[in-house]
Amino acid sequence: MPDLAVDMRETLQNAERVPVLKAVDLHTWFEIRKFGFFKAGDVRALDGVDFELYQGETVSIVGESGCGKSTLARTILGLHRPTKGKLFFNGKDMAEFTKEDMKAYRASVGYIQQDPYGALPPFMTVKKILEEPLLINGVTDKNERQKRIQSVLEEVKLSPIEDFLPKFPHMLSGGQQQRLVIARAMILQPKMLVADEPVSMLDASVRVEILQLLRSLQEKHNLVIIYITHDLSTVRYFSERIFTMYGARIVEKAATASLLANPLHPYTQALFKATSDPDAANLKTFKEVPTGEPPSLMNPPKGCRFHPRCAKIIKGKCDRFEPPEFHIGDDQSVFCWLYEDQGKQ
Amino acid sequence: MNKMLLEVNNLKLYFRTKKGPVQAVDDVSFKLERGKTLAVVGESGCGKTSLSKAILRLLPRNIMEYSGEIILDGEDIMKYPEDRFRREIRWKKIAMVPQAAMNSLNPVLRILDQIIEPLLIHNRDMNRDQGLARVKEMFRIVGLPEDFLYRYPFELSGGMRQRATIAMALVTNPELVILDEPSSALDLLTQANLMNVLKRIKHEFGTTFILITHDIGTASELADEIAVMYAGEMVEKCHAEYFYTDARHPYSRKLMSSVPTLREDKELVFIPGQPPSLINPPTGCRFAERCDKRFAKCSEHPPTFDLEHDQQVQCWLYTDREEVKHA
Repeated sequence: MPDLAVDMRETLQNAERVPVLKAVDLHTWFEIRKFGFFKAGDVRALDGVDFELYQGETVSIVGESGCGKSTLARTILGLHRPTKGKLFFNGKDMAEFTKEDMKAYRASVGYIQQDPYGALPPFMTVKKILEEPLLINGVTDKNERQKRIQSVLEEVKLSPIEDFLPKFPHMLSGGQQQRLVIARAMILQPKMLVADEPVSMLDASVRVEILQLLRSLQEKHNLVIIYITHDLSTVRYFSERIFTMYGARIVEKAATASLLANPLHPYTQALFKATSDPDAANLKTFKEVPTGEPPSLMNPPKGCRFHPRCAKIIKGKCDRFEPPEFHIGDDQSVFCWLYEDQGKQ
Repeated sequence: MNKMLLEVNNLKLYFRTKKGPVQAVDDVSFKLERGKTLAVVGESGCGKTSLSKAILRLLPRNIMEYSGEIILDGEDIMKYPEDRFRREIRWKKIAMVPQAAMNSLNPVLRILDQIIEPLLIHNRDMNRDQGLARVKEMFRIVGLPEDFLYRYPFELSGGMRQRATIAMALVTNPELVILDEPSSALDLLTQANLMNVLKRIKHEFGTTFILITHDIGTASELADEIAVMYAGEMVEKCHAEYFYTDARHPYSRKLMSSVPTLREDKELVFIPGQPPSLINPPTGCRFAERCDKRFAKCSEHPPTFDLEHDQQVQCWLYTDREEVKHA
């Protein structure tokens, strides 16, 4: 009998598995103008990205600066309109959103910025900062607002609450500021959080604290969290899936455990080799680093974007044809010609 | 030639503020051998950068107390008057790569003019051609193409600018180079590249480095010894090989367990609470409030104890060991 119950739950879950967010061939290009008038080209900050995100999962997006990960975040937030391609939120095309839809969407997506101090208005108190989103989204009852501010501050563990309410951001430490930013993102009870390098400005000890806080919020509210980072060592503790981005594209998608055990794309492998864990053996060895710089996004290289730096390049193929997605195993896929024979397209 | 290049004894640096004296560096003592690298780690605001500025005597105006001994190659350079310090020590024997070094280049001067300047100032008999040859050699060492000498800083990427500042610090062939967070603003691959460059310089020229960082992972690439700072004090110093696995001070242990690792799956622990204010720090152990091993004695200030493997720890847990007395 217990098997039946499990079966039923699974069928129910499968039926429910409409992706919260789905991107199809997403492009965000920025136009460059010469003399403010003539078109000089496009910066292809996001150039053909596909993915699906489901309720209750955390996805890390890793990559170097300039690989388009922040543009992806801002496109998801609706701050940039995609040049091409579509974004679906709960199955609904975002390009067809009305003004009201957009407002509702923005209320259901929280944003956690990189620099907490820069993200908080310096002339507003903690109470005002948290009250503003409620006022904008029509919570008119004062007591209700009070209650929600209380509960969100409890959730991010800024206590005693009464002490914090009249404070200004500069009176808080870096960790407390970042918790306030998280509280602000959480106060409208969002379904999804976009965290753009939420801990890179913080100290190591505080970093762990904030990541654990985000993790507990996610478990409690069954949130989708998009965690953008360049620090590979934190993703293990934080996410179910990892996307690696390079040159405005996703190059590898995998479940965290599979990726950590066996990174497939040469770029992911390079990131792995460049990350140092505290170990006295590091002193004696040099790091293997691919030569060169990330590609220009105005004029990306033909074929695979990583080929000019790749040690495993297949001449005549990698530099001419764009690699399609090859699926390896159940939970890993890679955009690389090396896996042509092993994976199914 | 002394084996010991740098010896710092009871160094204090207090700043005067409206609220009272800030004890940014309080009674710090350590020794550093020639050719070795000391990594100073700790949370922000623990006095790491103040320590480096105190060694190079780059001080702001609101100094309240600046005392102790800094013995470089057998001579106490704290006794030097400012003029002599500037001529003989700063950038000649001790150079520095400042924090966010990539933004510390002058935007309106070409890279060459900036790098050659300390060289020509400190070597009066050197002409510009000799200087240029030396700068070119430095560029080769840090791995920059020569024609970048004639460019302006904005024409270089972040990693290249960082290398240029390192070239600038090394150009006068100093004995000690202080690196203040050299790689924290850089991308992962650029960072790994830079650590390779520093490692090569260390091996080829035997330069002594003090590496200030909060990233213990990167520190392990270069450090022979690790010093942990907490609230203005140096609470532990030991050889790197023992530190990662066998740190002794409760703070160092917690710091290590809060470092996320890529290859090893361990449970991360954060340190609850905040470091004390440096304006009126506790009279006892400064970490006591956050420490889970504290006991009655911790309300008194702990002395430094000597442990095996040349490990020095400022903590009452090791009372049975021998105390270190500084000169």
